[in-house]
Amino acid sequence: MLLCIALPLVSVLVQSVHTPHDAVLIETKNCGPFGCKMATSIDQDATATLRESQPLGEFVGADIFLDRGHLAISEVADTWRSSDGLGPFFAGLGNLPFYRAMGFTLTYTFVVTPLLIILGLMIALAVNSLHRLFKGVVIFFSLLPMIVSPLIGSLVLFWMIDSRGILGSALQWMAGDPDLSLKASTGLTWVMLIVYGVWHAAPFAFVVFYAGLQTLPKDQLESAMIDGASRGQQVRYVVIPHLMPLVTFVALIQLMDNFRVFEPIVGFNAEAHATSLSWFIFNDLGGETRLLSSAAASSVLTIIGVAILLSPVLVRTWRDFKGKA
Amino acid sequence: MAAASEKRSVGLRLFLNGFVAVWLIIAAFPFLWTLWGSFKVELDFFSIADWTNALTGHRTQEVYGSSFTGTGYHGAWVQEEFWRAVINTTIVCFCVVCTSLTIGTLGGYALSRSGYRYTFWLLITALIFRAIPPITLVSGYMLPLFEWNLWGILPTSIVVLVAINQPFTLWMLHSFFQNIPKDLDESAKVDGCTQFEAFRFVIIPVMWPGVITTGLFSFLLAYNDFAVTSMLLAEENRTMIPEIAAFLGTTYTEGNVMFAVAAVVSATAPLFVLVLLFQRQIVSGLTAGAVKG
Repeated sequence: MLLCIALPLVSVLVQSVHTPHDAVLIETKNCGPFGCKMATSIDQDATATLRESQPLGEFVGADIFLDRGHLAISEVADTWRSSDGLGPFFAGLGNLPFYRAMGFTLTYTFVVTPLLIILGLMIALAVNSLHRLFKGVVIFFSLLPMIVSPLIGSLVLFWMIDSRGILGSALQWMAGDPDLSLKASTGLTWVMLIVYGVWHAAPFAFVVFYAGLQTLPKDQLESAMIDGASRGQQVRYVVIPHLMPLVTFVALIQLMDNFRVFEPIVGFNAEAHATSLSWFIFNDLGGETRLLSSAAASSVLTIIGVAILLSPVLVRTWRDFKGKA
Repeated sequence: MAAASEKRSVGLRLFLNGFVAVWLIIAAFPFLWTLWGSFKVELDFFSIADWTNALTGHRTQEVYGSSFTGTGYHGAWVQEEFWRAVINTTIVCFCVVCTSLTIGTLGGYALSRSGYRYTFWLLITALIFRAIPPITLVSGYMLPLFEWNLWGILPTSIVVLVAINQPFTLWMLHSFFQNIPKDLDESAKVDGCTQFEAFRFVIIPVMWPGVITTGLFSFLLAYNDFAVTSMLLAEENRTMIPEIAAFLGTTYTEGNVMFAVAAVVSATAPLFVLVLLFQRQIVSGLTAGAVKG
């Protein structure tokens, strides 16, 4: 029996080793530019893979490696140098491309996630009160913004919001400013991206909450009503506590997803005003000169960011597992 | 009972219905608008003069004699050879779904049936990899792929997409298999099946709902992917999404946005059908992980 379980497990191991291998590879490349600073985070395996991939890595040449690493080092150095006061410190950070990308990514993540949860919850509550015949149709259309690929979705919105498109014209008319263009100002671009983010991700929250509402125990609601709770109070004290686990679930998934925001920036052509970490890497990878090591460095930083975001989940899952075992 | 506890005041009901209507417009209107507009000329789609032009197709009528025109589609499909991208997408999606389902089914089954501690760590690793932006992994792939001269061809990006997709598939199928009671395989084994026979004859017949749902999501991932395919595929091998992005690069200078609009509509249509057919599975897949907390 052990053998029979082991056989599929081998395939699992093989493929789960498959992905780690790449992650380790990234870290190996990063070993050069960051020197001893990052060395703590590198596995023993990483050095082994380094030796394996060393003949491949040598094609790049140590000089270029150092140069590109230099970029990253000088960024960090700049940050350190300007850290005498908080105000100039952040201003200095904003000028560095990496930290600008970081700033947008974090803002996007932490603005979009709560908004989409609220919107999703409201839609779920509203849809739940509909007649059964309409529910299917509504769910069908609600799924659309989520199912279409982010690039397509953002393009569709982008064309509408263009100053010659319908929404753009409508906004100009409402603001009474014929030269208003969402693409021209940084603040409005951010707002546009955030609105897109909520539009794209709210259906997910909606579907999850809607499923949660189906499991809502009726008798609790009834007893709340007998106790004299108004409709608002019922939602506040019965429905929302019931959905709380789902809220954390959605929040975590969306934190992860929003953190890697990337396609909207390409779709909205918003590179000049907002860059995310993913876009930053993409930019290094693409273009005339493929800055592989620079991209790898920012990749590692992004992964560290993900790890920080994820750490609460990991701790929780670990506790769950401990509790089960 | 239902009547008593679910009766709402008229005002509240109006508000709720109104809210749903607004949301429906927000969700669906952009797509309908783009679909409608894709049959127009650019001056109508981006109507500077009067926004009703986009509805009536005033300029389109002037140019082509009717308010609908297929030039955008003609340009995209024939002139820019969008069909090539469609074929590539089909190949990539099919291979990715098949491969990741095969690995995911076997792996998920094994993980759900073994009680050792390392399964936990494997699943956690899978979760972490799911959270990592694909683009960061791509940067890891680039160098070896260049060195081995594998860059730019379809099989490479299929392998990469499978690898990126695998944590998710594994995680999802694991939870599906966990829902299939262990007694099923145990009784099969009591009846004299080997472990593999138990899997083949007992588990496979009951696992299809989970597999179909997971397959749907793998398909969506492969279909919607932009980061991996745009980086790893050479120009002639591009799939739909990077192709559309590439359209934008060329069309803005040519002033022919309508190619891109038509391509976007063409790429959305399959998804539309997919949602129509598999709405139930998609919803159940989205909630599978959630309801259990």
